[in-house]
Amino acid sequence: MALSGLEIYKLLPKTNCKDCGFPTCLAFAMKLAQKQVELAACPHVSEAAQAALSDAAAPPIRLITLSSNGNKLEVGNETVLYRHEKTFFHQPGIFVRVSDDLPLDEIKARTAEVDGYVVDYVGMPLSYDGLAIAYASGNPEQFGDAVKAVCDTTHKLLILIADDPAALKAGLAAADGRTPLLCAANAENWRRVALAAKNAKAPLVVRVDDSDPSTSSEQRLDGLAKLTEDIAKFGVDDLVLDPGVRGFNESLATITHIRRLALKENFRALGYPVITFPGEGATSQLDEVTLAGQQIAKYAGFVVLDHFTEASAYALLVLRANIYTDPQKPIQVEPGVYPINNPGPDSPLMVTTNFSITYFSVANEVESSGLPGWLLVADAEGMSVLTAWAAGKFDAERIAKAVKESGASGKISHKQVILPGHVAVLMGELEEELPGWEIKVGPREAVDLPAFLKM
Amino acid sequence: MPVTIPKNKYSGAVREVTIGATKAEGGTRTTTVTVGGESTLPFLFHEGAMPHPPRIAVEIADRWPADWSPLLREAWGDAVDDPVAWAKAAEASGADLILLRLTGPVQRGDGSKPTAAEARKVVRAVLGATGLPLMVFGPGIADLDNELLVAVAEEAAGERLVLGVCEDKNYRTIVAAAMAHGHLVDSRTPMDVNLAKQLIILTRDVGLPMDRILMDPSTGALGYGIEYGYSVMERLRLAALNGDSMTQQPMLVTPGEEGWKLKESKVGEGVPASWGNWNERAVTWEVLTSSTLLQSGADIVVLRHPDSITEIKSVIQRLMAPAHNGHS
Ligand code: SF4
Repeated sequence: MALSGLEIYKLLPKTNCKDCGFPTCLAFAMKLAQKQVELAACPHVSEAAQAALSDAAAPPIRLITLSSNGNKLEVGNETVLYRHEKTFFHQPGIFVRVSDDLPLDEIKARTAEVDGYVVDYVGMPLSYDGLAIAYASGNPEQFGDAVKAVCDTTHKLLILIADDPAALKAGLAAADGRTPLLCAANAENWRRVALAAKNAKAPLVVRVDDSDPSTSSEQRLDGLAKLTEDIAKFGVDDLVLDPGVRGFNESLATITHIRRLALKENFRALGYPVITFPGEGATSQLDEVTLAGQQIAKYAGFVVLDHFTEASAYALLVLRANIYTDPQKPIQVEPGVYPINNPGPDSPLMVTTNFSITYFSVANEVESSGLPGWLLVADAEGMSVLTAWAAGKFDAERIAKAVKESGASGKISHKQVILPGHVAVLMGELEEELPGWEIKVGPREAVDLPAFLKM
Repeated sequence: MPVTIPKNKYSGAVREVTIGATKAEGGTRTTTVTVGGESTLPFLFHEGAMPHPPRIAVEIADRWPADWSPLLREAWGDAVDDPVAWAKAAEASGADLILLRLTGPVQRGDGSKPTAAEARKVVRAVLGATGLPLMVFGPGIADLDNELLVAVAEEAAGERLVLGVCEDKNYRTIVAAAMAHGHLVDSRTPMDVNLAKQLIILTRDVGLPMDRILMDPSTGALGYGIEYGYSVMERLRLAALNGDSMTQQPMLVTPGEEGWKLKESKVGEGVPASWGNWNERAVTWEVLTSSTLLQSGADIVVLRHPDSITEIKSVIQRLMAPAHNGHS
């Protein structure tokens, strides 16, 4: 359990030497209790105290790392229930499952599809994290061959799904040099599976099965906690939880319980990331994507999909990027004048805000229109056109200032500026702020810009 | 150590709001829709109640809006040229409510202006075509909205319509019309907790009872600012549960409108190959935007595509009905 500030204080040297950067040991203890500092900042703690404190100092949700040929995925170490409280730190890994009973050519083809997929979103290349190979053949050797086929095709990360330790061993041998996630240990097989994980130094999924419909949430999580305690004692510390629930409501409720227990109660035995399999709770591919979306927003650490399509990958990757954006730092671009398609002095000047989604939507449209133009990005404190306008950050004064101070007029021979359609009401004021300029009103949505520019 | 499932204790709850009035209540609707009443975060039934499921409003228009995606026209077929047929098709697709959009000069394509008389006529026709509760939104141009919605309010007196949208720069006339004729309003603010509260307070101060106000904190679509809308809604709902009276209104959001105005949904050619199949992308966009906002407290989602309606309806059913075991 978490220690209070006073309990921690009792274990510190109480010399108030200030080496930790705090005026007193008590002040340091209080910060430590809130997990805002690391114990290591005090160079004088005794070993005995360190052992006693390590529990309190460890993150409430363990950080799990997978690696493969220089690719790395870190999941866990989250500190809040709602992203507005701070931010969500480590995006859930998204994997696509292939079964080892498919022909090797097909396994390779599906792997190549996931491997080759990358989509650009506001200048960021987004892609899935890896492949999950499922043991369905009943033949460990075939599982090893399937893993090898995947490894030959991609450098991405791996999850090996098999409850038979012999299959996991064959898979690990084929995945030499990578650290995959092993899936899964359950109440029956855990000793042998945990041994394989221990030898391979690989993280391990711990699963409770959901065969008994009368199991309550408490019983289910009790069973899971008992298993993780046993396996941790056995010597495998890097664990991932599969609480065995699959449907929309059960998944939401159970994963929320786990997150709250870890963060609010510092419940160590459930202080691990959660893995989900939305395809097992879904009725169609669209339904799988919808459930995966719920799990991305609500606390999953690993999401294993059964389908891959480009459209669904684009949507899920964007959702993940959005939910894990730091709310304290809106994604912005530098204010200034941006040339698009080699504009000249007579090319049009369009104004927009420095919210990066806004900027990229507008810039992409102008670019795809094939027509040259100058894009004047005003400092609207990283807000979109409408939001900035409502907040008074994108008014006539600010736009006029951007026009005057950006050096735009040195680049163009005309005196015409195009305003986003959403702020057409600013026209009059802007005419007053920019005497001699002609103010034109453009479309409301970026998507309509090419047609507007061609008029 | 045995597990005890943590339960948050809340001191507040969302107000219940009923849309539509039956004959006995002074209207002509065959059904009414009540939303709100939550005393828990969405779908977490172990710590509180969610007496009413979130509801789906389907958006139709008085005529085919020229700026809508051709995929929507394909999905609804010829019905989009006749609001009566469109309303019936929307009801058949699983709508709980109908949202009738009055188009403005831009959406009309021919530059013509809708008149109050036309608005009265189309509202009367849609009320005749369906027994579902109705919401009527203006074209989003202040003067025009006021002119049209005042006429609509009078024409449909007693029906408990939702009139929209009220914004801080233009709410008085619409709120007054709702008060005078027994309707509700949609109170829309641009993704900000304090602005949302302020407009609720202003609306109440005009004199509209709180059980006739829907809070529309607005949202960005997936990829276009959904995270702002999501977090503002989550904060509003937490504030409501913690007893802040001016945030305790049921929330309406328009993922259909947001999702379908994007390039992702409107354009099928000349886009990156990694965007995938156009129709799949557009529907997925609307569905994921909606389902994510259901997680942050949406009580009404306004949708446009029949496939999205089917999916979201099914998702809501399963979110509202926890099975005992894990299988769905
Ligand atoms: S460094 Fe350690 S001993 Fe010194 S004041 Fe900080 S907590 Fe106390």
